[in-house]
Amino acid sequence: MKKDSAFSRWFYGEKDTLLGRVEMKPQKEYEPKEAELRELLEDHQHLREHIYDVHNRKLLAFSRMYKVAAVIFCLTLISIMLVTVSWLPESGNPQNPVNNEVSARYIEKGLQETGAVNIVTGMILDYRAFDTFGESNVLFIATVTVLILLRLDKEKKAPAKKGMVVYEKPLDELTVAQAEAHDRVYEPKNDAILQKVAGFLVPVIIIFGIYVVLNGHLSPGGGFSGGAIIGAGLILYLNAFGFEKTERFFTERTYKWTCFGALTFYCLAKSYSFYTGANHLESGIPLGTPGAILSSGLILPLNICVGLVVACTMYAFYALFRKGGF
Amino acid sequence: MSVFTYLLLGFLILCAISVTFSKKLLNSILIFMSYSLIMSIIWMLLESPDLAITEAAVGAGVTSVLFFVTLKKIHAMGGEEQDHEER
Repeated sequence: MKKDSAFSRWFYGEKDTLLGRVEMKPQKEYEPKEAELRELLEDHQHLREHIYDVHNRKLLAFSRMYKVAAVIFCLTLISIMLVTVSWLPESGNPQNPVNNEVSARYIEKGLQETGAVNIVTGMILDYRAFDTFGESNVLFIATVTVLILLRLDKEKKAPAKKGMVVYEKPLDELTVAQAEAHDRVYEPKNDAILQKVAGFLVPVIIIFGIYVVLNGHLSPGGGFSGGAIIGAGLILYLNAFGFEKTERFFTERTYKWTCFGALTFYCLAKSYSFYTGANHLESGIPLGTPGAILSSGLILPLNICVGLVVACTMYAFYALFRKGGF
Repeated sequence: MSVFTYLLLGFLILCAISVTFSKKLLNSILIFMSYSLIMSIIWMLLESPDLAITEAAVGAGVTSVLFFVTLKKIHAMGGEEQDHEER
């Protein structure tokens, strides 16, 4: 490095290159004003005398007792739980009550009867498909409940009173567009870094989610986890590009019809076994060779249904929390 | 192997204790996220990769994001003084 280049001189603090070119304001030292200080002191005095009742003996004793009682309560709870855990059977012991004929049958005959290489998926979408149907319905009902609680009107309900600042209205009086603006007050709308990163990541995340859903019967994963991954990718996309972009492919109609269609298909596809008291009947679809994508009968379409419901639910939760609409 | 498992379990307990002692809600959410991540590694070690994927996607991803949005909605994200100044 040259000894007296502009960089080295700046580096050793001899010359400020920005001096004279940039408008600079000399910094002022902070001096508290007399009135401010007096106000602060008065506030403290007021707090000590009227709000926190420091000289009340009973209150002090109670707060001390409260702390002691809390500690004793916590210790009791911890010891009760530890004692309970010590009564549990040792994990991994073959004599444990979980290792009965049910799990033995699932492990031995699961591959033949369901055609799924991943026994867990074979279990939750074939032997226990009714439970999984209930879980998907629970997710749907949860979204509907959040919709009832947090939903805002598209149009304004009542004309706003004059002289009211938009941001100081209570949230449930805002329209969807105002709520979005309100949500974006303190942050940039189009962040370049976030958009670039999202442009790289979102396709990868969503393709990985689709892979997890479609390979649910072959590899770890399945409808729920794959759907959650897709939902997370959609949330990232929404964060980077805003609601105008996502509204082009995901609106309330899309949500309604996707969830309705997936749940109805699930119900109809499995209703024969629900109807007969969850006895297993032949579905007529060949199980195929284990290990191929198109195998294991109904499990693949059911996985796709669960994945769709979960992905839509995750996205819908986020959109409803953010602005009270889709 | 078992040393690694004990390390992870110890970290879980550390997370659980520090969540209760952290004053800021934002910090507790971050600790909760790391708890979920550690938990998903433990699921991997317990040979249940299905649960590990779900834990990583739901516990560390979506739930924490929902918590963040809720914190922002109730104005608990930044300091309160800052909030007042910008109004």
